[in-house]
Amino acid sequence: MYGYFVKRTLQAAFTAFFVMSLSFVLVRLMPGNPADQLRGQLIRNNPSLSQQEINRRVANYINIDYSRPLHEQYLTYVSGILQGDLGQSVSQNAPVSEILGEALPWTVFAFSVAILLMFAVGISLGALMAYKEGSRFDVSTTGLGIVLNSTPNYVTALLFLYVFGFTLGWFPTSGHISSSIVPIVDPLRPVATAQFVASAVYHASLLIATVVITGFGGVALAMRGNSIQVLGEDYLRVARLRGLSDTRIALRYVARNAILPMYTGLLLAFGAIVGGSAILEQVFTYPGLGYYIVAAVEARDYPLMMGGFVLITLGVVVGAFIADVTYGLVDPRVSTGGDAS
Amino acid sequence: MSQGNQSETKPAGSGGFGTVADSSLSRRERYRRVLDLWVVAPFRVVWNDVRARIGTALVLGFVTVGVVGPALVAEPRVGQAPLLVGPFRGGIVGGSWYEVTNASLFGLSVPWLAFHWPLGTDNVGRGILEQVVHATPRMLTMVATAGLFVTLLGTTVGALAGYTGGRLDQLLSTAVDIVLTLPGLPLLLILVALLEPESPVVLGIVLSLQGWAGMARAIRSQVLTIRSTSYVEASRAMGLSTPAIVAKEIVPNIMPFVMINMVNAMRNVIFASVGLYFLGLLPFSEVVNWGVMLQLAYSNGGLLTLDAAHWLLVPMVSIILLSMGLILFAQGMDRVFNPRVRARHAETTANGGDEPAESSPRTASLGGDL
Repeated sequence: MYGYFVKRTLQAAFTAFFVMSLSFVLVRLMPGNPADQLRGQLIRNNPSLSQQEINRRVANYINIDYSRPLHEQYLTYVSGILQGDLGQSVSQNAPVSEILGEALPWTVFAFSVAILLMFAVGISLGALMAYKEGSRFDVSTTGLGIVLNSTPNYVTALLFLYVFGFTLGWFPTSGHISSSIVPIVDPLRPVATAQFVASAVYHASLLIATVVITGFGGVALAMRGNSIQVLGEDYLRVARLRGLSDTRIALRYVARNAILPMYTGLLLAFGAIVGGSAILEQVFTYPGLGYYIVAAVEARDYPLMMGGFVLITLGVVVGAFIADVTYGLVDPRVSTGGDAS
Repeated sequence: MSQGNQSETKPAGSGGFGTVADSSLSRRERYRRVLDLWVVAPFRVVWNDVRARIGTALVLGFVTVGVVGPALVAEPRVGQAPLLVGPFRGGIVGGSWYEVTNASLFGLSVPWLAFHWPLGTDNVGRGILEQVVHATPRMLTMVATAGLFVTLLGTTVGALAGYTGGRLDQLLSTAVDIVLTLPGLPLLLILVALLEPESPVVLGIVLSLQGWAGMARAIRSQVLTIRSTSYVEASRAMGLSTPAIVAKEIVPNIMPFVMINMVNAMRNVIFASVGLYFLGLLPFSEVVNWGVMLQLAYSNGGLLTLDAAHWLLVPMVSIILLSMGLILFAQGMDRVFNPRVRARHAETTANGGDEPAESSPRTASLGGDL
């Protein structure tokens, strides 16, 4: 157990280090040298600035001072990131950490709700399908799952936006909350807080529905497969022979052993879906992390691009680390460090 | 020898009873058995499985459209038709989107159907069908590149790591873990901004840069389990060379994983390319991808008015059908390769290996709906 923990921690640290180095390399590879571009812009806009002042500002924006030796640039860059300094966004004219810090809670909120719902629906449906294996219900749900799985989520998003947003007008088509609502979370003012939460849920509902609709099919199929496999195990026959109740068998034996392999999948899904959030957030004009990354790429705003990339990756690394470490706690087979599969 | 084997195909097996020993197989007979094991029996399995049949039909349909389509359908040009014509103008029956004319074939005048923008046109008068069809070859090239790239890299790395073990395995596995952890889309966004790929081959490789890792991991653990099975150890003890063991014992066992991962990579590259074109982040000069159509339709108010809805819906349906075809095809292939499923339908496939499949009875159970 101890060795596994150490190995996993080292791996997470190494991955984080690798990502920061990669992002450094990527910034340096950017076409047209972002620093020169910025320098030109600054000189054009305020010709009175001294060369030193311009250099200072450019370094501030990009987080890299191109005139210094490479290893020094690298160290400054990494230590800057570790201190939460991701540079200055060019297009939004604000510190990158501030923009992303404001966007992050919205993405986390919308996608956590969506992923939890998706797994809840998928797992219960998958268990039911496995229980009724071969029935008409199972066949039609499997078919539905395949169809939903082959639909990209932005296609579903566009359809939802068209039907429920524009045509029927039931749901808002952009933004976090209504403009008339004050964003406030204060236990002393429950009415205002409730209004705020309700408005946030209302604005995120189309996005949440899209993630759930396009995602639950895959979860259900995985759960169905796991459950069917568990149903064939010997210990289940033993449990039945011992005369255990059906509920106990279903919950303690089948559900537990079928869900376990999906636990890491759940935590990794956060990473994958938040990483893939860019297109959905763009479609729904929902200013979260992905929205700003796309906006940054469109504006060639390198600091914001790299900041978003580093932030998301570190989030995913931490998520995967937590998943692996806690998985060792719930499933003793893993903690030996051997191949879990 | 071939004369004796001919008679063996009879179910009763009256004539060449003594010729079944492996050493007496002629080259031609061996080829026939290989063909049987790898072509006839899989085909039968596929044909008997509803999902695989649909999947194969869809994939073959798209390949046909990609190969033949551009020659048959006019190239989309601005102003080739009236603007924003609806699909099936004038109704399905008796509409003005088709007309019966005469075409001359080898000097003979034969009745012919001429189509006029059957799926409607966009806001600059380009036919929607024409755009979908002419974007297909590039999409298929991209998808095939991605599948090939992912399969080659993933299988090589995974098999190498699993088979060699030790330090090389550790190194490769760490690399795989890191690549798996990188968030796909943000990295793609940045790479695409950096490289601005236009060629479908380059695009396919860039968009599937991450896909090989998942495959490598699946293959590695699969190779690990096969490596220690008794039959592989037996062949090693018999002194078979490593390439022979890999080719004969390992590859057939990992084929299901290869197929499924390859199809997944293909599906992902479709989704990613369409998504990036849709966001307008990939450079394009003409309609080269269904994502471009989505983007143009969306940015020209395809969501707001019913006039342009078909413009948005046609590429959507194409995307869904192609990826559904790929998924169903992979599931059918799972049926072909998966030893467990094969065992369940032993009559067809197992016999296909031991004696000519023509003599084996067709099993009705293959048409199962699971």
